Amino acid sequence: MEVPILKQGRYLIATIQAALSDEDLQQLRRTLLERVIQFRSRGVIVDVTSLDVMDSFATRTLRDITYMIRLRGADTVIVGIQPEVAFAMVQLGLTLEGVATALDLEEGLAHLEQRARNSS
Amino acid sequence: MANKKPADVPQPPSTQSTELLRELVAHLREHRTQLREEWASSITEAQLLTAMTKDEIFAEATSVYDNYVEALATGTFEALQTYSRNLSERIIPRGVETHEVVGIVLLLRDVLARSLFAKYQGDFTKLNRILDAYEPAANRIANTVAVGFVQERERVIRQQQEAIRELSTPVLQVRERLLILPIIGVIDPQRARQLTEQLLRGIRTNRAKVVVIDITGVAAMDATVANHLVQTVEASRLLGATVIVTGLSPEIAQTIVNIGVDLGKMNTVGDLQGGIEQAERLLGYKVIPVSEGATAA
Amino acid sequence: MPDDIRVLIRSNPDIVTARQEGRALAALTGFGATDATLIATAISELARNIVSYAGQGEIILRIVENNPAKGLMIISRDAGPGIRSVDDAMRDGYSTSGGLGLGLPGVRRLVDEFTIESVLGRGTVVRATKWLR
Repeated sequence: MEVPILKQGRYLIATIQAALSDEDLQQLRRTLLERVIQFRSRGVIVDVTSLDVMDSFATRTLRDITYMIRLRGADTVIVGIQPEVAFAMVQLGLTLEGVATALDLEEGLAHLEQRARNSS
Repeated sequence: MANKKPADVPQPPSTQSTELLRELVAHLREHRTQLREEWASSITEAQLLTAMTKDEIFAEATSVYDNYVEALATGTFEALQTYSRNLSERIIPRGVETHEVVGIVLLLRDVLARSLFAKYQGDFTKLNRILDAYEPAANRIANTVAVGFVQERERVIRQQQEAIRELSTPVLQVRERLLILPIIGVIDPQRARQLTEQLLRGIRTNRAKVVVIDITGVAAMDATVANHLVQTVEASRLLGATVIVTGLSPEIAQTIVNIGVDLGKMNTVGDLQGGIEQAERLLGYKVIPVSEGATAA
Repeated sequence: MPDDIRVLIRSNPDIVTARQEGRALAALTGFGATDATLIATAISELARNIVSYAGQGEIILRIVENNPAKGLMIISRDAGPGIRSVDDAMRDGYSTSGGLGLGLPGVRRLVDEFTIESVLGRGTVVRATKWLR
Protein backbone atom coordinates (compact mmCIF):
# COMPACT_ATOMS: atom_id res chain seq x y z
CA MET A 1 0.00 0.00 0.00
CA GLU A 2 1.55 3.25 -1.08
CA VAL A 3 2.03 6.00 1.45
CA PRO A 4 0.45 9.29 0.30
CA ILE A 5 2.87 12.23 0.22
CA LEU A 6 1.59 15.80 0.12
CA LYS A 7 3.55 18.88 -0.74
CA GLN A 8 2.96 21.91 1.46
CA GLY A 9 5.19 24.75 0.35
CA ARG A 10 8.77 23.72 0.96
CA TYR A 11 7.67 20.79 3.10
CA LEU A 12 6.55 17.25 2.35
CA ILE A 13 4.02 15.41 4.50
CA ALA A 14 3.90 11.62 4.37
CA THR A 15 0.89 10.07 6.10
CA ILE A 16 1.33 6.47 7.12
CA GLN A 17 -1.57 4.03 7.32
CA ALA A 18 -2.03 1.32 9.93
CA ALA A 19 -1.24 -1.83 7.99
CA LEU A 20 2.23 -0.85 6.90
CA SER A 21 4.42 -3.62 5.57
CA ASP A 22 8.19 -3.64 5.37
CA GLU A 23 8.03 -3.15 1.61
CA ASP A 24 5.79 -0.10 2.05
CA LEU A 25 8.36 1.43 4.41
CA GLN A 26 11.21 0.78 2.04
CA GLN A 27 9.21 2.23 -0.83
CA LEU A 28 8.48 5.28 1.29
CA ARG A 29 12.17 5.79 1.90
CA ARG A 30 12.89 5.73 -1.82
CA THR A 31 9.96 7.93 -2.76
CA LEU A 32 10.60 10.54 -0.08
CA LEU A 33 14.18 10.92 -1.17
CA GLU A 34 13.12 11.32 -4.80
CA ARG A 35 10.54 13.95 -3.89
CA VAL A 36 12.91 15.89 -1.62
CA ILE A 37 15.32 16.10 -4.52
CA GLN A 38 12.60 16.88 -7.06
CA PHE A 39 11.01 19.67 -5.05
CA ARG A 40 14.13 20.79 -3.19
CA SER A 41 12.13 20.46 0.01
CA ARG A 42 13.38 21.99 3.22
CA GLY A 43 11.68 19.55 5.51
CA VAL A 44 9.72 16.32 5.76
CA ILE A 45 7.00 15.33 8.19
CA VAL A 46 6.21 11.66 8.59
CA ASP A 47 2.82 11.33 10.26
CA VAL A 48 2.51 8.02 12.10
CA THR A 49 -0.77 8.80 13.88
CA SER A 50 -2.43 5.73 12.35
CA LEU A 51 0.47 3.39 12.97
CA ASP A 52 -0.56 0.90 15.59
CA VAL A 53 2.78 -0.80 16.08
CA MET A 54 6.28 0.59 15.83
CA ASP A 55 8.78 -2.24 15.81
CA SER A 56 12.52 -2.46 15.27
CA PHE A 57 12.27 -2.39 11.48
CA ALA A 58 10.02 0.67 11.41
CA THR A 59 12.32 2.46 13.83
CA ARG A 60 15.40 1.60 11.78
CA THR A 61 13.77 2.77 8.57
CA LEU A 62 12.57 6.04 10.04
CA ARG A 63 16.09 6.69 11.24
CA ASP A 64 17.46 5.84 7.78
CA ILE A 65 14.96 8.23 6.22
CA THR A 66 16.05 11.00 8.59
CA TYR A 67 19.73 10.53 7.82
CA MET A 68 19.28 10.27 4.07
CA ILE A 69 17.12 13.37 3.94
CA ARG A 70 19.60 15.26 6.07
CA LEU A 71 22.23 14.50 3.44
CA ARG A 72 20.05 16.53 1.08
CA GLY A 73 20.08 19.41 3.56
CA ALA A 74 16.53 18.89 4.80
CA ASP A 75 15.08 18.15 8.22
CA THR A 76 12.73 15.35 9.16
CA VAL A 77 10.29 15.19 12.04
CA ILE A 78 8.14 12.22 13.06
CA VAL A 79 4.73 13.20 14.40
CA GLY A 80 1.75 11.48 15.90
CA ILE A 81 3.30 8.61 17.83
CA GLN A 82 0.43 7.27 19.93
CA PRO A 83 0.84 7.01 23.72
CA GLU A 84 0.47 3.20 23.64
CA VAL A 85 2.96 2.90 20.81
CA ALA A 86 5.47 5.13 22.60
CA PHE A 87 5.07 2.98 25.69
CA ALA A 88 5.69 -0.23 23.74
CA MET A 89 8.70 1.31 22.00
CA VAL A 90 10.50 2.26 25.17
CA GLN A 91 9.78 -1.17 26.64
CA LEU A 92 11.32 -2.72 23.58
CA GLY A 93 14.27 -0.35 23.87
CA LEU A 94 13.63 1.61 20.68
CA THR A 95 14.29 5.26 21.33
CA LEU A 96 14.47 6.88 17.89
CA GLU A 97 17.55 8.69 19.08
CA GLY A 98 18.79 11.29 16.66
CA VAL A 99 15.35 11.69 15.15
CA ALA A 100 13.17 14.71 15.89
CA THR A 101 9.65 14.02 17.12
CA ALA A 102 6.61 16.20 17.69
CA LEU A 103 3.09 15.68 18.93
CA ASP A 104 1.17 16.30 15.71
CA LEU A 105 1.18 17.93 12.32
CA GLU A 106 0.87 21.44 13.73
CA GLU A 107 3.76 20.94 16.09
CA GLY A 108 5.75 19.25 13.37
CA LEU A 109 5.41 22.22 11.05
CA ALA A 110 6.28 24.60 13.89
CA HIS A 111 9.41 22.54 14.54
CA LEU A 112 10.47 22.62 10.89
CA GLU A 113 9.85 26.34 10.67
CA GLN A 114 11.93 26.90 13.78
CA ARG A 115 14.77 24.86 12.29
CA ALA A 116 14.56 26.84 9.04
CA ARG A 117 14.74 30.10 11.02
CA ASN A 118 17.70 28.87 13.05
CA SER A 119 19.69 27.86 10.02
CA SER A 120 19.04 31.01 7.96
CA MET B 1 -26.09 -50.11 38.63
CA ALA B 2 -24.27 -47.06 37.28
CA ASN B 3 -20.61 -46.78 38.29
CA LYS B 4 -19.82 -44.16 40.86
CA LYS B 5 -17.56 -41.58 39.19
CA PRO B 6 -15.58 -38.86 41.01
CA ALA B 7 -17.85 -35.90 41.35
CA ASP B 8 -15.45 -33.23 40.17
CA VAL B 9 -14.38 -34.86 36.90
CA PRO B 10 -16.91 -34.19 34.16
CA GLN B 11 -17.56 -37.52 32.49
CA PRO B 12 -19.58 -37.93 29.37
CA PRO B 13 -22.80 -39.40 30.76
CA SER B 14 -23.44 -43.05 29.98
CA THR B 15 -26.64 -43.93 28.15
CA GLN B 16 -28.22 -44.98 31.40
CA SER B 17 -27.37 -41.77 33.22
CA THR B 18 -28.48 -39.73 30.21
CA GLU B 19 -31.86 -41.43 30.47
CA LEU B 20 -32.02 -40.73 34.16
CA LEU B 21 -31.07 -37.08 33.70
CA ARG B 22 -33.77 -36.77 31.10
CA GLU B 23 -36.27 -38.13 33.60
CA LEU B 24 -34.89 -35.75 36.21
CA VAL B 25 -35.17 -32.72 33.95
CA ALA B 26 -38.75 -33.64 33.08
CA HIS B 27 -39.56 -33.84 36.78
CA LEU B 28 -37.92 -30.47 37.47
CA ARG B 29 -39.80 -28.84 34.61
CA GLU B 30 -43.09 -30.38 35.70
CA HIS B 31 -42.76 -29.08 39.24
CA ARG B 32 -41.12 -25.81 38.26
CA THR B 33 -43.61 -23.46 39.93
CA GLN B 34 -43.67 -25.26 43.24
CA LEU B 35 -39.91 -25.91 43.47
CA ARG B 36 -39.09 -22.36 42.54
CA GLU B 37 -41.41 -21.09 45.31
CA GLU B 38 -39.78 -23.43 47.78
CA TRP B 39 -36.36 -22.27 46.78
CA ALA B 40 -37.20 -18.56 46.92
CA SER B 41 -38.61 -18.98 50.44
CA SER B 42 -35.56 -20.89 51.58
CA ILE B 43 -33.39 -18.04 50.32
CA THR B 44 -35.28 -15.54 52.43
CA GLU B 45 -35.26 -17.93 55.39
CA ALA B 46 -31.49 -18.31 55.14
CA GLN B 47 -31.29 -14.51 55.06
CA LEU B 48 -29.46 -14.42 51.77
CA LEU B 49 -29.74 -11.70 49.11
CA THR B 50 -30.98 -9.26 51.76
CA ALA B 51 -29.88 -6.45 49.43
CA MET B 52 -32.69 -7.40 47.06
CA THR B 53 -36.48 -7.17 47.33
CA LYS B 54 -38.73 -10.25 47.36
CA ASP B 55 -39.87 -9.50 43.82
CA GLU B 56 -36.33 -9.12 42.56
CA ILE B 57 -35.31 -12.38 44.22
CA PHE B 58 -38.24 -14.15 42.62
CA ALA B 59 -37.46 -12.76 39.19
CA GLU B 60 -33.80 -13.78 39.38
CA ALA B 61 -34.77 -17.12 40.93
CA THR B 62 -36.88 -17.87 37.89
CA SER B 63 -33.97 -17.22 35.50
CA VAL B 64 -31.51 -19.15 37.63
CA TYR B 65 -33.88 -22.09 37.93
CA ASP B 66 -34.46 -22.27 34.20
CA ASN B 67 -30.78 -21.94 33.39
CA TYR B 68 -29.99 -24.58 35.99
CA VAL B 69 -32.42 -27.07 34.47
CA GLU B 70 -31.23 -26.18 30.98
CA ALA B 71 -27.63 -26.98 31.97
CA LEU B 72 -28.78 -30.32 33.34
CA ALA B 73 -30.71 -31.01 30.16
CA THR B 74 -27.97 -30.14 27.68
CA GLY B 75 -24.95 -31.19 29.71
CA THR B 76 -23.16 -28.06 28.51
CA PHE B 77 -22.24 -25.18 30.74
CA GLU B 78 -21.20 -22.30 28.46
CA ALA B 79 -24.66 -20.75 28.46
CA LEU B 80 -24.79 -21.06 32.22
CA GLN B 81 -21.40 -19.40 32.56
CA THR B 82 -22.49 -16.49 30.38
CA TYR B 83 -25.71 -16.19 32.33
CA SER B 84 -23.77 -16.26 35.59
CA ARG B 85 -21.53 -13.40 34.45
CA ASN B 86 -24.54 -11.34 33.38
CA LEU B 87 -26.33 -12.05 36.62
CA SER B 88 -23.23 -11.10 38.58
CA GLU B 89 -22.92 -7.87 36.65
CA ARG B 90 -26.43 -7.04 37.78
CA ILE B 91 -26.19 -7.99 41.41
CA ILE B 92 -22.63 -7.02 42.35
CA PRO B 93 -23.49 -3.30 42.37
CA ARG B 94 -26.32 -4.23 44.74
CA GLY B 95 -23.78 -5.43 47.25
CA VAL B 96 -24.34 -9.16 46.86
CA GLU B 97 -21.40 -11.19 48.09
CA THR B 98 -19.80 -14.41 46.91
CA HIS B 99 -21.00 -16.54 49.81
CA GLU B 100 -24.57 -15.50 49.06
CA VAL B 101 -24.36 -16.60 45.45
CA VAL B 102 -22.77 -19.91 46.41
CA GLY B 103 -25.35 -20.25 49.15
CA ILE B 104 -28.39 -19.85 46.93
CA VAL B 105 -27.09 -22.29 44.33
CA LEU B 106 -26.47 -24.90 47.02
CA LEU B 107 -29.94 -24.23 48.40
CA LEU B 108 -31.39 -24.92 44.97
CA ARG B 109 -29.40 -28.10 44.72
CA ASP B 110 -30.81 -29.21 48.07
CA VAL B 111 -34.40 -28.23 47.25
CA LEU B 112 -34.19 -30.29 44.08
CA ALA B 113 -32.53 -33.21 45.84
CA ARG B 114 -35.26 -33.22 48.50
CA SER B 115 -37.87 -33.26 45.79
CA LEU B 116 -36.15 -36.30 44.28
CA PHE B 117 -36.16 -38.07 47.63
CA ALA B 118 -39.89 -37.42 47.89
CA LYS B 119 -40.60 -38.71 44.40
CA TYR B 120 -38.50 -41.89 44.48
CA GLN B 121 -38.81 -42.81 48.13
CA GLY B 122 -40.55 -46.00 47.11
CA ASP B 123 -37.60 -47.15 45.00
CA PHE B 124 -34.22 -46.70 46.65
CA THR B 125 -32.27 -48.31 43.85
CA LYS B 126 -33.69 -45.85 41.36
CA LEU B 127 -33.19 -42.99 43.79
CA ASN B 128 -29.51 -43.84 44.16
CA ARG B 129 -29.06 -44.05 40.42
CA ILE B 130 -30.74 -40.73 39.87
CA LEU B 131 -28.66 -39.08 42.58
CA ASP B 132 -25.52 -40.54 41.01
CA ALA B 133 -26.49 -38.91 37.73
CA TYR B 134 -27.57 -35.67 39.37
CA GLU B 135 -24.77 -35.04 41.86
CA PRO B 136 -21.80 -34.45 39.53
CA ALA B 137 -23.88 -32.22 37.29
CA ALA B 138 -25.23 -30.26 40.26
CA ASN B 139 -21.75 -29.73 41.63
CA ARG B 140 -20.48 -28.65 38.25
CA ILE B 141 -23.32 -26.14 38.04
CA ALA B 142 -22.59 -24.75 41.49
CA ASN B 143 -18.96 -24.39 40.53
CA THR B 144 -19.71 -22.71 37.20
CA VAL B 145 -21.98 -20.14 38.80
CA ALA B 146 -19.55 -19.42 41.60
CA VAL B 147 -16.59 -19.03 39.24
CA GLY B 148 -18.61 -16.74 36.98
CA PHE B 149 -19.47 -14.58 39.95
CA VAL B 150 -15.94 -14.45 41.27
CA GLN B 151 -14.51 -13.55 37.86
CA GLU B 152 -16.99 -10.72 37.46
CA ARG B 153 -16.29 -9.50 40.97
CA GLU B 154 -12.57 -9.49 40.36
CA ARG B 155 -13.08 -7.53 37.18
CA VAL B 156 -15.08 -4.94 39.08
CA ILE B 157 -12.45 -4.73 41.81
CA ARG B 158 -9.73 -4.27 39.21
CA GLN B 159 -11.70 -1.45 37.64
CA GLN B 160 -12.21 0.23 40.97
CA GLN B 161 -8.56 -0.07 41.88
CA GLU B 162 -7.60 1.41 38.55
CA ALA B 163 -9.94 4.32 39.14
CA ILE B 164 -8.51 4.90 42.61
CA ARG B 165 -4.98 4.86 41.31
CA GLU B 166 -5.89 7.34 38.63
CA LEU B 167 -7.48 9.65 41.14
CA SER B 168 -4.48 9.53 43.42
CA THR B 169 -1.95 10.40 40.75
CA PRO B 170 -3.14 13.56 39.09
CA VAL B 171 -1.46 15.01 36.09
CA LEU B 172 -1.88 18.73 36.50
CA GLN B 173 -2.08 21.24 33.75
CA VAL B 174 -0.64 24.35 35.27
CA ARG B 175 -0.13 26.44 32.19
CA GLU B 176 -0.77 26.03 28.57
CA ARG B 177 1.50 23.32 27.16
CA LEU B 178 2.95 22.60 30.61
CA LEU B 179 2.12 19.58 32.71
CA ILE B 180 3.22 18.80 36.22
CA LEU B 181 3.25 15.32 37.63
CA PRO B 182 3.95 15.34 41.37
CA ILE B 183 4.71 11.87 42.60
CA ILE B 184 4.27 11.18 46.28
CA GLY B 185 4.96 8.17 48.39
CA VAL B 186 5.83 4.66 47.42
CA ILE B 187 5.74 3.62 43.83
CA ASP B 188 5.54 0.01 42.86
CA PRO B 189 6.12 -1.10 39.27
CA GLN B 190 2.39 -1.30 38.60
CA ARG B 191 1.72 2.23 39.79
CA ALA B 192 4.77 3.44 37.90
CA ARG B 193 3.40 1.96 34.74
CA GLN B 194 0.04 3.53 35.32
CA LEU B 195 1.69 6.89 35.89
CA THR B 196 3.47 6.58 32.58
CA GLU B 197 0.30 5.72 30.73
CA GLN B 198 -1.59 8.60 32.34
CA LEU B 199 1.18 11.05 31.62
CA LEU B 200 1.48 10.06 27.97
CA ARG B 201 -2.26 10.35 27.49
CA GLY B 202 -2.14 13.69 29.29
CA ILE B 203 0.59 14.95 26.99
CA ARG B 204 -1.54 14.08 24.03
CA THR B 205 -4.77 15.53 25.41
CA ASN B 206 -3.23 18.76 26.68
CA ARG B 207 -0.75 19.08 23.83
CA ALA B 208 1.96 19.57 26.39
CA LYS B 209 5.42 20.58 25.28
CA VAL B 210 7.05 20.43 28.69
CA VAL B 211 6.44 18.09 31.59
CA VAL B 212 7.82 18.56 35.08
CA ILE B 213 7.98 15.32 37.03
CA ASP B 214 8.53 16.10 40.68
CA ILE B 215 9.82 13.27 42.83
CA THR B 216 10.58 15.29 45.95
CA GLY B 217 7.97 13.25 47.78
CA VAL B 218 9.46 9.92 46.80
CA ALA B 219 11.63 8.45 49.52
CA ALA B 220 13.29 5.66 47.67
CA MET B 221 13.21 4.01 44.31
CA ASP B 222 14.47 0.62 43.27
CA ALA B 223 16.10 -0.11 39.95
CA THR B 224 12.85 -1.29 38.33
CA VAL B 225 10.99 1.89 39.14
CA ALA B 226 13.98 4.04 38.25
CA ASN B 227 13.92 2.29 34.90
CA HIS B 228 10.26 3.17 34.53
CA LEU B 229 11.08 6.81 35.20
CA VAL B 230 13.73 6.80 32.50
CA GLN B 231 11.33 5.10 30.11
CA THR B 232 8.71 7.73 30.89
CA VAL B 233 11.14 10.45 29.96
CA GLU B 234 11.99 8.69 26.70
CA ALA B 235 8.39 7.95 25.83
CA SER B 236 7.42 11.58 26.50
CA ARG B 237 10.05 12.72 24.08
CA LEU B 238 8.53 10.48 21.42
CA LEU B 239 5.36 12.52 21.88
CA GLY B 240 7.35 15.70 21.36
CA ALA B 241 7.50 16.74 25.01
CA THR B 242 10.56 17.70 27.06
CA VAL B 243 10.73 16.29 30.56
CA ILE B 244 12.29 18.03 33.53
CA VAL B 245 12.78 15.90 36.62
CA THR B 246 12.84 17.78 39.90
CA GLY B 247 13.44 16.80 43.50
CA LEU B 248 15.96 14.10 42.71
CA SER B 249 17.54 12.99 45.98
CA PRO B 250 21.20 11.91 45.97
CA GLU B 251 20.10 8.33 46.68
CA ILE B 252 17.74 8.18 43.74
CA ALA B 253 20.29 9.88 41.53
CA GLN B 254 22.71 7.11 42.46
CA THR B 255 20.11 4.42 41.65
CA ILE B 256 19.62 5.92 38.23
CA VAL B 257 23.34 6.04 37.57
CA ASN B 258 23.61 2.44 38.75
CA ILE B 259 21.16 1.21 36.16
CA GLY B 260 23.43 2.66 33.53
CA VAL B 261 21.66 5.88 32.67
CA ASP B 262 23.70 8.97 31.95
CA LEU B 263 22.22 11.53 34.33
CA GLY B 264 23.85 14.23 32.25
CA LYS B 265 21.45 13.38 29.49
CA MET B 266 18.45 13.80 31.77
CA ASN B 267 17.08 17.25 32.35
CA THR B 268 17.11 17.66 36.13
CA VAL B 269 16.55 20.65 38.39
CA GLY B 270 16.83 20.81 42.16
CA ASP B 271 13.30 21.68 43.18
CA LEU B 272 9.82 21.98 41.72
CA GLN B 273 9.87 25.76 41.65
CA GLY B 274 13.10 25.78 39.72
CA GLY B 275 11.72 23.16 37.40
CA ILE B 276 8.63 25.21 36.62
CA GLU B 277 10.75 28.26 35.96
CA GLN B 278 12.91 26.37 33.54
CA ALA B 279 9.84 24.95 31.89
CA GLU B 280 8.47 28.43 31.41
CA ARG B 281 11.73 29.55 29.89
CA LEU B 282 11.60 26.61 27.50
CA LEU B 283 8.07 27.55 26.55
CA GLY B 284 9.10 31.14 25.95
CA TYR B 285 7.30 32.68 28.87
CA LYS B 286 9.00 35.67 30.41
CA VAL B 287 8.99 35.55 34.18
CA ILE B 288 8.68 39.07 35.53
CA PRO B 289 9.28 39.65 39.25
CA VAL B 290 6.26 41.12 41.04
CA SER B 291 8.24 43.97 42.50
CA GLU B 292 11.84 44.92 42.94
CA GLY B 293 13.26 43.82 46.24
CA ALA B 294 10.72 41.05 46.78
CA THR B 295 12.36 37.79 47.75
CA ALA B 296 11.83 34.78 45.57
CA ALA B 297 9.23 32.34 46.96
CA MET C 1 -12.59 -21.17 24.51
CA PRO C 2 -12.03 -20.24 20.86
CA ASP C 3 -9.52 -22.20 18.81
CA ASP C 4 -5.92 -21.18 18.35
CA ILE C 5 -5.21 -18.64 15.66
CA ARG C 6 -2.34 -19.75 13.47
CA VAL C 7 -0.56 -17.44 11.08
CA LEU C 8 1.95 -18.90 8.68
CA ILE C 9 4.98 -16.64 8.47
CA ARG C 10 6.79 -16.80 5.18
CA SER C 11 7.42 -13.23 4.19
CA ASN C 12 7.10 -9.66 5.35
CA PRO C 13 3.37 -9.11 4.71
CA ASP C 14 2.69 -12.02 7.07
CA ILE C 15 4.21 -9.97 9.89
CA VAL C 16 1.46 -7.40 9.46
CA THR C 17 -1.20 -10.13 9.36
CA ALA C 18 0.11 -11.73 12.51
CA ARG C 19 0.11 -8.52 14.53
CA GLN C 20 -3.33 -7.51 13.29
CA GLU C 21 -4.71 -10.89 14.39
CA GLY C 22 -2.91 -10.41 17.67
CA ARG C 23 -4.41 -7.00 18.27
CA ALA C 24 -7.90 -8.30 17.46
CA LEU C 25 -7.53 -11.29 19.77
CA ALA C 26 -6.14 -9.08 22.51
CA ALA C 27 -9.16 -6.80 22.28
CA LEU C 28 -11.46 -9.84 22.32
CA THR C 29 -9.74 -11.17 25.42
CA GLY C 30 -10.35 -7.91 27.20
CA PHE C 31 -6.97 -6.19 27.05
CA GLY C 32 -6.87 -2.40 27.00
CA ALA C 33 -5.27 -0.31 24.26
CA THR C 34 -1.82 -0.23 25.82
CA ASP C 35 -1.57 -3.97 26.45
CA ALA C 36 -3.00 -4.72 23.02
CA THR C 37 -0.22 -2.60 21.53
CA LEU C 38 2.41 -4.39 23.61
CA ILE C 39 1.07 -7.72 22.40
CA ALA C 40 0.97 -6.59 18.77
CA THR C 41 4.51 -5.24 19.05
CA ALA C 42 5.79 -8.48 20.58
CA ILE C 43 4.18 -10.47 17.78
CA SER C 44 5.70 -8.15 15.20
CA GLU C 45 9.19 -8.65 16.59
CA LEU C 46 8.85 -12.43 16.92
CA ALA C 47 7.41 -12.77 13.42
CA ARG C 48 10.20 -10.58 12.12
CA ASN C 49 12.77 -12.88 13.67
CA ILE C 50 11.19 -15.82 11.90
CA VAL C 51 11.45 -14.11 8.54
CA SER C 52 14.96 -12.82 9.13
CA TYR C 53 16.56 -15.91 10.64
CA ALA C 54 14.47 -18.96 9.80
CA GLY C 55 12.82 -17.99 6.55
CA GLN C 56 9.59 -19.66 7.51
CA GLY C 57 7.63 -20.45 10.61
CA GLU C 58 4.40 -19.98 12.46
CA ILE C 59 2.85 -17.65 14.97
CA ILE C 60 0.16 -19.20 17.15
CA LEU C 61 -2.12 -17.07 19.27
CA ARG C 62 -3.96 -18.67 22.14
CA ILE C 63 -6.25 -17.47 24.91
CA VAL C 64 -5.08 -19.06 28.15
CA GLU C 65 -6.79 -19.38 31.49
CA ASN C 66 -5.46 -19.93 34.96
CA ASN C 67 -8.62 -19.68 36.96
CA PRO C 68 -9.57 -16.99 37.46
CA ALA C 69 -6.81 -15.26 35.49
CA LYS C 70 -7.09 -14.88 31.74
CA GLY C 71 -4.37 -14.10 29.25
CA LEU C 72 -3.00 -14.37 25.75
CA MET C 73 -0.11 -16.61 24.76
CA ILE C 74 2.00 -15.96 21.68
CA ILE C 75 3.87 -18.99 20.36
CA SER C 76 6.53 -18.39 17.78
CA ARG C 77 7.72 -21.58 16.16
CA ASP C 78 10.21 -22.19 13.39
CA ALA C 79 12.43 -24.94 11.98
CA GLY C 80 15.30 -22.59 11.38
CA PRO C 81 18.98 -22.74 12.28
CA GLY C 82 18.33 -22.25 15.97
CA ILE C 83 20.12 -19.90 18.35
CA ARG C 84 23.69 -20.73 19.24
CA SER C 85 23.58 -19.16 22.65
CA VAL C 86 20.22 -18.36 24.13
CA ASP C 87 21.95 -16.73 27.08
CA ASP C 88 23.74 -14.29 24.80
CA ALA C 89 20.60 -13.60 22.84
CA MET C 90 18.73 -12.82 26.05
CA ARG C 91 21.38 -10.52 27.42
CA ASP C 92 20.30 -6.94 27.61
CA GLY C 93 22.97 -5.50 25.38
CA TYR C 94 20.84 -3.78 22.84
CA SER C 95 22.59 -0.93 21.16
CA THR C 96 21.05 2.48 20.88
CA SER C 97 20.60 2.00 17.17
CA GLY C 98 17.90 -0.40 18.25
CA GLY C 99 16.80 -3.51 16.46
CA LEU C 100 20.14 -5.15 15.98
CA GLY C 101 20.16 -8.75 17.02
CA LEU C 102 17.06 -10.67 17.85
CA GLY C 103 15.36 -8.13 20.09
CA LEU C 104 14.41 -10.95 22.47
CA PRO C 105 15.22 -9.10 25.72
CA GLY C 106 12.93 -6.36 24.48
CA VAL C 107 10.13 -8.80 23.75
CA ARG C 108 10.52 -10.25 27.21
CA ARG C 109 9.93 -6.80 28.70
CA LEU C 110 6.68 -6.50 26.80
CA VAL C 111 5.12 -9.62 28.31
CA ASP C 112 4.62 -11.26 31.70
CA GLU C 113 5.93 -14.78 31.03
CA PHE C 114 8.58 -15.69 28.51
CA THR C 115 10.24 -18.98 27.64
CA ILE C 116 12.51 -19.88 24.77
CA GLU C 117 13.75 -23.24 23.57
CA SER C 118 16.20 -23.50 20.73
CA VAL C 119 18.10 -26.40 19.26
CA LEU C 120 20.88 -25.74 16.77
CA GLY C 121 19.88 -27.04 13.40
CA ARG C 122 16.39 -27.89 14.54
CA GLY C 123 14.63 -24.65 15.31
CA THR C 124 13.28 -22.33 17.95
CA VAL C 125 10.10 -22.02 19.99
CA VAL C 126 9.28 -18.89 21.92
CA ARG C 127 6.32 -18.67 24.25
CA ALA C 128 5.30 -15.24 25.47
CA THR C 129 2.25 -14.74 27.68
CA LYS C 130 0.52 -11.58 28.80
CA TRP C 131 -2.06 -11.76 31.57
CA LEU C 132 -5.04 -9.51 32.08
CA ARG C 133 -4.21 -7.43 35.10
